Amino acid sequence: MIHDANTWFAERLSDHGIVTSYLEDHHPAAMPCLQVRRLDWANVAEEARRHQMRFVSLWAAEAGAHDEKALYAYMAFAHPEHRHVLLRTDLNQNDPALQDIGRHYVAAVRMQRSLQDMFGIRVEGLADTRQWLKHEHWPDDAHPMRRDFPATTRMQESDGEYAFIRAEGDGVYEYPVGPVHAGIIEPGHFRFHAVGEKILNMEERLGYVHKGVEKRFEGLTAAEGVRLAGRISGDSTVAHAWAFCQACENAAYLELPAYAVTLRAILCERERMANHIGDIGAICNDGGFAFMHVQMQRLREEMARMHRDIFGHRLLMDLIVPGGVACRLSSETAAVLAEDSRRMAAEVEQLRSIYADHPSIQERVIGSGTVSVEDATSVGLLGYAGRASGVYADERVEEAYPPYDKLNVRVPRGEFGDVATRVWVRFEEVAESARLICELLQALPEGAERVEFNAPEAGISGFDAIEGWRGEIAAWVRFGRNGVIDRYAVRDPSEINWLGLELAVREVPVPDFPLNNKSFNCSYSGNDL
Amino acid sequence: MIGLFTKIIQTGKRAEALGEAEHATELLGEQLGAAIRKKFQGSLAIREVDAGSCNGCELEIIAANNCYYDLERFGVHFVPSPRFADMLLVTGPVTRNMETALKMTYEATPNPKLVVAAGDCAINCGVFGKDHYAIAGSVADIIPVDAVIHGCPPTPTDIIRGILQAIEA
Ligand code: SF4
Repeated sequence: MIHDANTWFAERLSDHGIVTSYLEDHHPAAMPCLQVRRLDWANVAEEARRHQMRFVSLWAAEAGAHDEKALYAYMAFAHPEHRHVLLRTDLNQNDPALQDIGRHYVAAVRMQRSLQDMFGIRVEGLADTRQWLKHEHWPDDAHPMRRDFPATTRMQESDGEYAFIRAEGDGVYEYPVGPVHAGIIEPGHFRFHAVGEKILNMEERLGYVHKGVEKRFEGLTAAEGVRLAGRISGDSTVAHAWAFCQACENAAYLELPAYAVTLRAILCERERMANHIGDIGAICNDGGFAFMHVQMQRLREEMARMHRDIFGHRLLMDLIVPGGVACRLSSETAAVLAEDSRRMAAEVEQLRSIYADHPSIQERVIGSGTVSVEDATSVGLLGYAGRASGVYADERVEEAYPPYDKLNVRVPRGEFGDVATRVWVRFEEVAESARLICELLQALPEGAERVEFNAPEAGISGFDAIEGWRGEIAAWVRFGRNGVIDRYAVRDPSEINWLGLELAVREVPVPDFPLNNKSFNCSYSGNDL
Repeated sequence: MIGLFTKIIQTGKRAEALGEAEHATELLGEQLGAAIRKKFQGSLAIREVDAGSCNGCELEIIAANNCYYDLERFGVHFVPSPRFADMLLVTGPVTRNMETALKMTYEATPNPKLVVAAGDCAINCGVFGKDHYAIAGSVADIIPVDAVIHGCPPTPTDIIRGILQAIEA
């Protein structure tokens, strides 16, 4: 059941002697933001862990319009029954330092490294102090998210080398891959340590497609910002645009007409289907089963064509806008879309039985790249990666934002955690999304597709969590003067799920790496921002 | 196995079974085939480089290889290394963190070589904007470019048309 607001965590903290206060300028109250003392920071995280909360995100923001001098750190947690809660503390601007929470939540480590890079915040006790998004050639004193660092700065080249983890021992060899990969995919670097053909360890080095997106948001209106949000990770354009808009709308206390949220969900579920379909094909291709690849790419293309015909864009870009959506369905197009979704699901189901009957692909996927329930819980894996390993967080159920509050979303529950289970989850989700689309289309509400969006006062922030096809996108926006955004902090599920891939491929033969990589298919762009 | 073969037969040959839009692609493909035959002896090897894209462009380049467009029919294929590529197809604004890798990829590609910048970002940095600390510039700011393909992202048909433009230039 959905609680009205998360007051539970503040109560738990107070049981433990940690003082909190609710911030009035944060919306929605249902996912409150609690101010805590800096010296309680790590204790708060420890309590969250003890109460089995999932780590959601960590970020910082400088200077709200109302208090120019402040530098704040934020973190967010979620509980399946008690919803999201945000915590904030203020830092000393001249020597910003924060306690490490990585020992309670491993997923926070890279985010803390990013805080060091982007804000120059020292994280005390951080186990891994290497730079993350900031590559070796950036000057040491460049902290681009600080106010005194103009967005247009041309940074000097500087030298340095990234200290990869080393492995020694008989027959251990090191194998660097990337940043430019062999396929038509995004860039990133993987450092393998292997013995014979088995991977001992794989270390990710990302940040290559860091485009300074968060800095770019500063000074944009919501209408301008949504175009950028829709390009944080092109394959999740709908989910990211939705996350951005809903954070803005929450900040502005804007309630949307039922028609608008219904269409958003239809678009989001279509995006989920298209990506799962494409990825199932690509996973099979990496397992040498070209038939599935060709068939799945065909279906994906047919979906893209349908999207172009009905919505005007093959990938569904720029359809979600602050205040609603920029499209309408006629009763004919609604019927066509429902029929198409049904047909897709039926074809995928048929292909699934061929896949299940094909021993050579089954041999490759079953038992490959296992992530245990324990590890997945500890990392807090999201989306299908989590659902294959016993972590069933799904914001359509936990936060049940409209229109999912009126739907009964069935979340697949796997626990073997191998490639086969991740594929199984995706098959299940294709079927479920098709069912949801048909249900939504059948009862398409009356009303406007869009209402006027007016930015809130300076200093007001809004938060939300949207279930994109990869998993939860957590978005936090704060408005400044003149109705423009002064900070947008967004956490793509990939930022957490990349850790899952590192865990999965230990002990996996090197040639099975691509198969595993595809089964996670994390976004580089969404991670690097 | 019976199911698999039945599905293949039922699916048929999509590339020819399509109507008008598909014809346009076909035509482009044929012109492309002729041009390649002349200049690249019937085979054009492309190395795709994402220099900072949002990955939307990659989705459409992958789609240009699906059974509807089937770029490979015309002797165009994507290769895993720049060492045996004739053309670099580059997407995205070039990020500071990809600048060196892009230059190295360009240098590793043997002459004669062509560079096609695909997508608005590759042409003018798109929504990410030029004067920005994390962006090194458009593709042409970093390496010589022979053709550009507009669109955010360009459609598979646009991509095929762009490749054609490059080899006829
Ligand atoms: S052109 Fe559009 S789709 Fe391509 S990388 Fe840029 S934003 Fe993404």
